[in-house]
Amino acid sequence: MSHEQPLVGQELDPGLTRQASDLILNLSHGINRATASRRGFLKGSSAFVLGLFLLSGKTAQAAGAENLTAAVPDLKSFQGGDATPHLFIQIQPDETIQIVCHLSEMGQQIWTAVAQVLIDELDAPWENVQIEQAEGHPRYGNQNTDGSRSIRYNFDRLRWMGAAMRAMLEEAAAQTWKVPRKECKGTLGQVIHTPSGKKLSYGALAAKAREMTVPAKKEITLKKREEWRQINKPVKSLTTPLIIRGEGEFGQDTRQEGMVYAVIARPPQLFGKVKSLDDKRALEIPGVMRTVKLPALEPPAGFKPLGGVAVIAKDTWAAIKGREALEITWEDGPNAGYDSEAFEKKLMAEVQKPGTERLKRGDVAAALDAAAKTIEADYYMPHLAHSAMEPPAVTARWEGDKVICRGCTQSPQSARRNVASVCGIPEDNVTLEVTWLGGGFGRKSKGDHFAEAALVAREVGAPVKVVWTREDATQHSYYHTVSAQHLEGGLDDKGKCVAFLHRTAFPTIAATFSYGQDEPRWGDLRQGATDTPFAVPNMQVESGKAEAHVRIGWMRSVANIYHAFAVQSFASELAHAAGRDPLEYLLELIGSPRLIDPNKEGAEYDNYGSPMEDYPIDTARHAGVVKEAARLAGWGRELPEGHGLGIAVHRSFVSYVATVVEVAVDKDGKLTIPGVWSAIDAGTVVNTNHVEAQVEGGTIFGLSNALYGEITAKDGAIVQSNFPDWRVMRMNEAPRKMEVSIIPSTAPPGGVGEPPTPPAAPALTNAIFAATGIRIRRLPVFDASRRDRLIKTEQDR
Amino acid sequence: MSITLKINGKEHTVDASPDTPLLWVLRDHLGMTGTKFGCGVAQCGACTVHVDGKTRRACVAPIAGLTGKEIVTIEGLEGAEADAVREAWKEIDVPQCGYCQAGQIMSAVKLLEKKRDPTDEDIDLGMSGNICRCGTYMRIREAIKKAAGDLG
Repeated sequence: MSHEQPLVGQELDPGLTRQASDLILNLSHGINRATASRRGFLKGSSAFVLGLFLLSGKTAQAAGAENLTAAVPDLKSFQGGDATPHLFIQIQPDETIQIVCHLSEMGQQIWTAVAQVLIDELDAPWENVQIEQAEGHPRYGNQNTDGSRSIRYNFDRLRWMGAAMRAMLEEAAAQTWKVPRKECKGTLGQVIHTPSGKKLSYGALAAKAREMTVPAKKEITLKKREEWRQINKPVKSLTTPLIIRGEGEFGQDTRQEGMVYAVIARPPQLFGKVKSLDDKRALEIPGVMRTVKLPALEPPAGFKPLGGVAVIAKDTWAAIKGREALEITWEDGPNAGYDSEAFEKKLMAEVQKPGTERLKRGDVAAALDAAAKTIEADYYMPHLAHSAMEPPAVTARWEGDKVICRGCTQSPQSARRNVASVCGIPEDNVTLEVTWLGGGFGRKSKGDHFAEAALVAREVGAPVKVVWTREDATQHSYYHTVSAQHLEGGLDDKGKCVAFLHRTAFPTIAATFSYGQDEPRWGDLRQGATDTPFAVPNMQVESGKAEAHVRIGWMRSVANIYHAFAVQSFASELAHAAGRDPLEYLLELIGSPRLIDPNKEGAEYDNYGSPMEDYPIDTARHAGVVKEAARLAGWGRELPEGHGLGIAVHRSFVSYVATVVEVAVDKDGKLTIPGVWSAIDAGTVVNTNHVEAQVEGGTIFGLSNALYGEITAKDGAIVQSNFPDWRVMRMNEAPRKMEVSIIPSTAPPGGVGEPPTPPAAPALTNAIFAATGIRIRRLPVFDASRRDRLIKTEQDR
Repeated sequence: MSITLKINGKEHTVDASPDTPLLWVLRDHLGMTGTKFGCGVAQCGACTVHVDGKTRRACVAPIAGLTGKEIVTIEGLEGAEADAVREAWKEIDVPQCGYCQAGQIMSAVKLLEKKRDPTDEDIDLGMSGNICRCGTYMRIREAIKKAAGDLG
């Protein structure tokens, strides 16, 4: 799409322009694409794309899918999936390197990162890159863009894939010149015959290279670290040049010939049902075409649609007005009694009594009895909503018994399975096309919006875009769980921590999939409860029961959010009790450099799906990021009146992040954040600039939730609906500046998208304590009781 | 009902109810999807456009009141400020997911037209109506200052 020719939506108009029809065809063939150079960008305009790909009937991914039988077994078994080069790389005679990205682009810059790794190992000029989004299909390996695993699972795979393609180009040149392959070297888009200096470009060799046998691993040489041109460099985003012109296609932006629009009135309570419906007034609204009643949801919720009534109209506005005019009586169902205020009391009471033992070291009870000083604290965090700027949207159309769904998903394969299962059709009958995501944060991992669109489109018999409004996204999410935690610590007569008890209770994500589950699972606890890296001789982790009344789901860094909040707040509280500096005390808690394995202390710990031998829990790396963040922040410097520094550290998704927040609280209790400093150790990183961006963004996400985030239920329904009753951080509230340090490392790559979030909240509240003496143990900071002002109450004194 | 709107210098006649907000006419009727739907209640700024030289939230601007006015969207945004902002956005690699960024750019351009050398407080005031959930605020601030410097 070039900006001179915006997609003009005349597909409903008989006078279709050539441009518009080309582009509709382009989009309906699943291409969302970007290029690295201006030259390439112009080449990528709609007319060219049509000429190159669609008249020949092939997208890069379609071409790639045809050539998989040629692969040899040892390139097929990487953690992320098959490394057969044709799957993701097509080289055109004009030197364009077409790359297919199987992971979803939601702002983490995975398009750029995948291209960086492939282009580096292929050894091609960056300017020749053209990248497009893959559909959801098992042939691409694991496409789940979630759990901070994209680079972690695919780094090796992509390196081998790029290097294998380079080896095939070298072999093609060797055969052309009738020389040994070892005399041929692929460099910057050309194969050079080293003895003679003869050269052939990749484009010239591409056709022949495709016929070469895919080499085995032993015939492929990966580049050395010092030879990297793109990896570990601050390469610019491939998507930014499109975004700044309003180009690129998000789920909300999909357009198809003859499409209509839908919004859905969903039951206010989970497992609620439509008791009666009168749609007469809705149907009188100009543009409203009809309504569709959706099947009621039966437990477990899983990724099934919530049910309700869809209003179909010729534009979104008419559909929204039509929905407002519906007269529906709801049957409230089993969750109508859910009330956040009462539930908070119940959950806080639950953690006052002993729970189920989940990790045990030494004898905590005896050590607490013998301690010179003991402290205890209770922490509470409410439900949160992901609130990506793009509310979910999916366009579905049926062709006979097959359905094509196109929209924003972090998990296209699970969305595809889900559509098949909900619609009762074979998975092969579902084509799952992926757009850009206007933010994901875990919400768009759940494919309920895809299944919903497929059901509606089947009834309507035309392409339907189901648009979620902000209110829908806020009131019908998979919520970050509500949690209560109780911590106890014992200090010896020198102030050293000798006992540490951590009790945690929250409705588990597992309840969404297994109805009635009311006890935290290992999958929840491994995130910041059973892997606390403290060198305390007596430690115990316990879990308490809590039932779920809304769909509980994962949200950016998941259980690490509340566990890090409690553990890292309590570390600072222990320092205060011992009369010590919080930084110095945190380093003492972390203790000497050593490897930790929670599996040896009674916990089940899966290390986020990465092997412990490659990604151990290494306390030297905890201490490393703590010291670096403190250095960046100038810890110990003299601060102006009303300012305070707070620090927190957390390992999640096998990466380590420490954050220092500086707050300033004026005499009226108004809070600002003059600066934030973070250090991240994520092992080897692909794009230094975009890792910094994720640390900035992940930190803002954590600060925003900690300052303002609170979703509550009353009579089983979510109270908040839109900004600002659901409040998120704005420009004037954001840190004035933020600095990020990436710890240089040759360790394998860890997660990046989620690890910056957990330390943000405790670093903030520790800073508030340093500035004001107010200890925040219930989030958000600005809940209804504080009204945006940090004034000491009796309780704080 | 047929209404004619002047968008990016070109007249478009659409058949839509007069209370329809400009946002849905742009996105659903005209296929100009650069202007985004974020909240529908003028709280997030994702739908920011320019109407007669001023920022407007397209999600709450009924088309009935827009006839005869000059409407500019991200697709048609031009001029020295727009060029400087786009260059700075690229240079600093501001966007993450990008969904809010058209609105951010529309607001930033108007801020720079009014204030050639904006202070931090000007930026707070001019940009606090645009939410970015990815958290690109620090980069937006830096990019606006860079664009201001480049404009001289």
